[in-house]
Amino acid sequence: MSDVATPLADASFDGFVSVSEAPRTGMISLRGDLSDTALREVCGAVTGAAFPASRGASLDGSHGVLWMAPDEVLLLVAPGSVPDSLDRIGTALSDRHHLAVDVTDARALISVDGLGVRDVLAKLTPADVSPGNFGPGELRRTRFAQVAAAFWMPTEDSARVICFRSVATYVFDLLCHAAAPGGEVGYYR
Amino acid sequence: MSRRLSQGGRLIDRSRTFHFTVDGRRYGGFAGDTLASALLASNRTLMGRSFKYHRPRGVVSSGAEEPNALFGLGTGDRFEPNQRATMTELYPDLTALSQNRWPNLEQDLGGLISRAARVLPAGFYYKTFLRPRVFWKHVYEPVIRALAGLGHAPAEKDADRYEHFNVTVDVLIVGGGVAGLQAARRAGAAGLRVLLVEQTAQWGGRAPVDGAVIEGKPADAWITGVLSELQSMPNVHMRPRTMGAGVYDHGYALVYERVTDHVSGAQGPRHRLWRVRAGRILTTTGALERPLSFAGNDLPGVMLAGAVRDYVVNHAVTPGERVLVVTNNDDAYRTALALSEAGVTVPAIVDARPGGGGALAEAARSAGLRVLTGTAIAGLSGKRHVTGAALCLQDGTGEVTEQIACDTVAMSGGWSPVVHLWSHCGGKLTWDVDEVMFRPDPNRPPTGADGRGFVEAAGAANGYLATADILGDADRAARAVTEALGRSLDDAPALQAEREETAPIRAVWTMPEKAPVKLREKMWLDYQNDVKVSDVALAAQEGFESVEHAKRYTTLGMATDQGKLSNINGLAILADTLGAEIPAVGTTTFRPPYTPISIGSVAGEARGDLFQPIRRTPLHHLHEAAGAVFEPVGHWRRPYVFPRDGETVAQAVEREILTVRHKVGLLDASTLGKIIVKGPDAGRFVDMIYTNKMSTLKVGRCRYGLMCSENGFLMDDGVVARLDEQTFLCHTTSGGADHIHAHMEDWLQTEWWDWQVYVANVTEQYAQIAVAGPKAREVLETVGGMDVSKDAMAFMDWADGALAGIPVRVFRISFSGELSYEIAVPASRGEALWQALRSAGETHGIAPYGTEALHVLRAEKGLIMIGDETDGTVVPQDLGLDWAISKKKDDFIGMRGQQRRELSRPDRWKLVGLETLSGGVLPDGAYAVEEGRNANGQRNVQGRVTSTYRSPTLGRGIAMGLVRNGPDRMGEVLDFPGTDGVVHRARIVSPAFYDPEGERQNV
Amino acid sequence: MLILHCPCCGIDADETELTPGGTAHLKREGPGSSDEAFERYLFLRENPRGVHFERWRHAHGCGKWFHAARCTMTLEVFGTYSAQTHAPPREILDRIAERRPQERREVA
Repeated sequence: MSDVATPLADASFDGFVSVSEAPRTGMISLRGDLSDTALREVCGAVTGAAFPASRGASLDGSHGVLWMAPDEVLLLVAPGSVPDSLDRIGTALSDRHHLAVDVTDARALISVDGLGVRDVLAKLTPADVSPGNFGPGELRRTRFAQVAAAFWMPTEDSARVICFRSVATYVFDLLCHAAAPGGEVGYYR
Repeated sequence: MSRRLSQGGRLIDRSRTFHFTVDGRRYGGFAGDTLASALLASNRTLMGRSFKYHRPRGVVSSGAEEPNALFGLGTGDRFEPNQRATMTELYPDLTALSQNRWPNLEQDLGGLISRAARVLPAGFYYKTFLRPRVFWKHVYEPVIRALAGLGHAPAEKDADRYEHFNVTVDVLIVGGGVAGLQAARRAGAAGLRVLLVEQTAQWGGRAPVDGAVIEGKPADAWITGVLSELQSMPNVHMRPRTMGAGVYDHGYALVYERVTDHVSGAQGPRHRLWRVRAGRILTTTGALERPLSFAGNDLPGVMLAGAVRDYVVNHAVTPGERVLVVTNNDDAYRTALALSEAGVTVPAIVDARPGGGGALAEAARSAGLRVLTGTAIAGLSGKRHVTGAALCLQDGTGEVTEQIACDTVAMSGGWSPVVHLWSHCGGKLTWDVDEVMFRPDPNRPPTGADGRGFVEAAGAANGYLATADILGDADRAARAVTEALGRSLDDAPALQAEREETAPIRAVWTMPEKAPVKLREKMWLDYQNDVKVSDVALAAQEGFESVEHAKRYTTLGMATDQGKLSNINGLAILADTLGAEIPAVGTTTFRPPYTPISIGSVAGEARGDLFQPIRRTPLHHLHEAAGAVFEPVGHWRRPYVFPRDGETVAQAVEREILTVRHKVGLLDASTLGKIIVKGPDAGRFVDMIYTNKMSTLKVGRCRYGLMCSENGFLMDDGVVARLDEQTFLCHTTSGGADHIHAHMEDWLQTEWWDWQVYVANVTEQYAQIAVAGPKAREVLETVGGMDVSKDAMAFMDWADGALAGIPVRVFRISFSGELSYEIAVPASRGEALWQALRSAGETHGIAPYGTEALHVLRAEKGLIMIGDETDGTVVPQDLGLDWAISKKKDDFIGMRGQQRRELSRPDRWKLVGLETLSGGVLPDGAYAVEEGRNANGQRNVQGRVTSTYRSPTLGRGIAMGLVRNGPDRMGEVLDFPGTDGVVHRARIVSPAFYDPEGERQNV
Repeated sequence: MLILHCPCCGIDADETELTPGGTAHLKREGPGSSDEAFERYLFLRENPRGVHFERWRHAHGCGKWFHAARCTMTLEVFGTYSAQTHAPPREILDRIAERRPQERREVA
């Protein structure tokens, strides 16, 4: 749809890694009993991904399940399938206490790609992003400079950063500052 | 004269000459020089002026402790004052300016003060500039200010870029000398994540300069081997030009990397501040040499013996042609030998110890050098540089025994371990009488989260001065750290290093020991601040006995070097004067940073556009394009008003208000908080959160509600919509969304954790647009897609549907008093809806309005605004909102608080409307005065203005305020004195100025 | 920099990811409570020099509240534990007793 505005209007920047707005992704915040089989199954059904362990990011391409808290996951789905996914979740969990809401437009999703991606992350988050401590398959909710953010690594050389829509420009600019040429740290080899 | 030697210089590259400029004069140096070594090589020894007396100052050290050789570096937007020449690596076209002098360094008029030094004792300023009092502001202060200070603050905005870097490591090792390298090697081999940092550009510290031999190899060769070993370890990271600045709780450390200071025109960030979380911190920070206190020891040409050796060995620079060495320990003999080997004349080695030195002294004698034992310096000759020294017996009172011609004095008063990082977080020290030094007390380290010590000191930083001992201690510390982190370390054979037989150091605090006052008045402790032995003694005699008091009274150790050279000598003098032991006097507190770090590095990326996050609504760029004037609301930027060509802000606000009253306006309300509350216990929960009975709200309906803190005070307000039996949508104020969401989570997680309720903050999922005004319905009907008639959607109804093909949720609520719809739309479609509404409303004269119009519109209706009518001490009852407080509930957050006597007192200040008699506008925040004065002699007050505007609708000023017993005093006239001296008179009226029956919104 | 282990998500979180919430294990006093009890609940705090039980939220993380037992003087952390409890668990009390045998403290 031409009148759908993404938070960053597809902005991109080339530094020693590249920073760009990721393609629009449907997002559903789901709170409930994460040990419940029905909940785990419906998450798999709408995303096609396995259910993650604590702090896990289980992805099948651009779809997946991100573990956000002991009672919360974030589902990544095709943007057009959000209403249908919400219906399926509602049906599957109709007799269980849960909350599922569309947060597609509440968030911005930014791709950081290239060698040195960990160095860029480490400039902004207090989280330990060393390879022994964090890598593909995991999700970290934390802070980027002054705002809340979360990130995961689809591969060793790329990261996806998710933040609130209102601060998308701030986070994008932070990443550009951190990725600006000459700022290579060479810490994570 | 100081000059470059024809041979040698382990750090310089004679094939690369760099030109640089100081005070407009061009000099040459080599790659590998520091600014200090290059100036010495060019026979420029005068490098600064002292702070108080403007005395001439030469470089005294070769490292971070330098108090004298300070320059302003760079120009324009890259100028930075107070940079140490000893730590400044030379690069092509470096530009420096000397400081604290006028008109120039050679002929500084301030130097005249020096002649009055006799009448400028410690505490002079405190004693002298007291009277007459009026002189302070107009005479003393301007004159003192003009003369005082070192470098000038930069005048332009810093052009450079800075950043932070966060790492978590097992061990942070601070100091890349042989102890740090050896410890890193051991910890690295144990598989620990190691970060090793070194403040200079070179690894290995002093060992190569001191001629250490390790494992049969010269130190340089050994270091090269260890470096390549470390570089092959993926778990070990090494950073030169990176200083451990501070150690904080739980193993947190700030580490300061100077990334591009040593290159001109580099692209990268200038400084990078590392924020390190370390399991353990190992300080291998070495030791600093102490000056000796003898008369005239501040003359240019007097230097630390170790520094002289550094310049000779590292840079092939000799600071003079005849260098007299004076010492109380063996180490300075190395300087004499190095000079002698380089062909520089050493007329004598003056050793204060009656028995002289050990093996090094023998070596000196063998080299033909003259060694005088039990001897001291009685005084120096020379006005701007040393020309000679008078000698005396150390144990005497200063009777001159001999004159020796010299142009440099290399002094050593012994070495003090660098215990700063050990001490930052509470590590304690112990005084070692034999070694004459404070060293870390291993029994009292700073403790971390596990209750155990988290800082370990090793090598010279731990009080070991012989290379063999230093390496052994590094092994010990590496083992201690490794085992503390739950790893084991293989047994490695102790490293072999050559060891000389040494004679013990002798504590020498003045030269000679029984120096009379006339000599003590010429013995400098703090070169930058001009604090002398006599000043500290005077402070002690005047009762400033605590080391912290003496420091502040004399300014000892308050210079830019923070007492690195002067503190131990100063407190020894203090102890001596008080007749106390040195450990009883103690040290002043060591505080981070170790040496000054740039403010830019502290700020990191948080400058300019990134200073603070700006929150933008989904419609932000449309408002920008429309020329909106923005105002901050929390971190949000909201359009304050949309001025048109030729309009003032005030005119535009009035136009926007009248547009809403007579036609239709559009407001970006996206910042309003939106929180979903869902679950079987949701009704019970909102009944606790709100003062109202929310659980009775019907699906499809909206209700205005109040939230209070447990104190009873009004905290937030907004409209609640019931989405279904188990789901409520709670609107909060713009600034309140995050706070209220956290408030709800707090109660759900920590008090009512057995209640089945989930909450979600969906504020940013939606753009929210208010369409307000008599033509609002027509606009929505033009857009089409939903039945928004009165019958289909009554006041305080909401409905889901589509407008212009866009999915929306429409709330019929009003904050303006007009017919109004608030439309929530997914944020990505907000722009499309806004445009659709604008075009549909064109024929009706639709226009966007900003927050100022919003505020006036609500004030005309007497509606309160959180933050205007409330200030954290106001209960809903004060605002006439009793109707929104349920009488049927047993409990809600704030209910018990409101039952307190003070909050139900009948004479509380309560909300009223205020109408000026003149029709003008009351000043914001003005107080209503009454008869009499309070205990402080101030006018008694009986109320204040909380909101005040000019109402274009009514054509007069309107205001709301809190007034004692206000609602019972309708018609009374109050006096509001303004800050302009005018007393504004206003009548108490109902706050509902406009359409009190609400007929306009209910159509 | 205080670094606390979040028992809810397992992260060792920097102080900058956390929000403090004051003294733990307070009993809420609602309508019907005496003035004294309400004052105690709302205002009176011990502020001990030593062992302290407090509330923290992993606000820039999993968003969950938890409790921490900590020494206010040395910042030694005796443990973190669930916020869904009215009193510190046995193992935390044992750890405190082991580390601070001389310190006796009553817990609400």
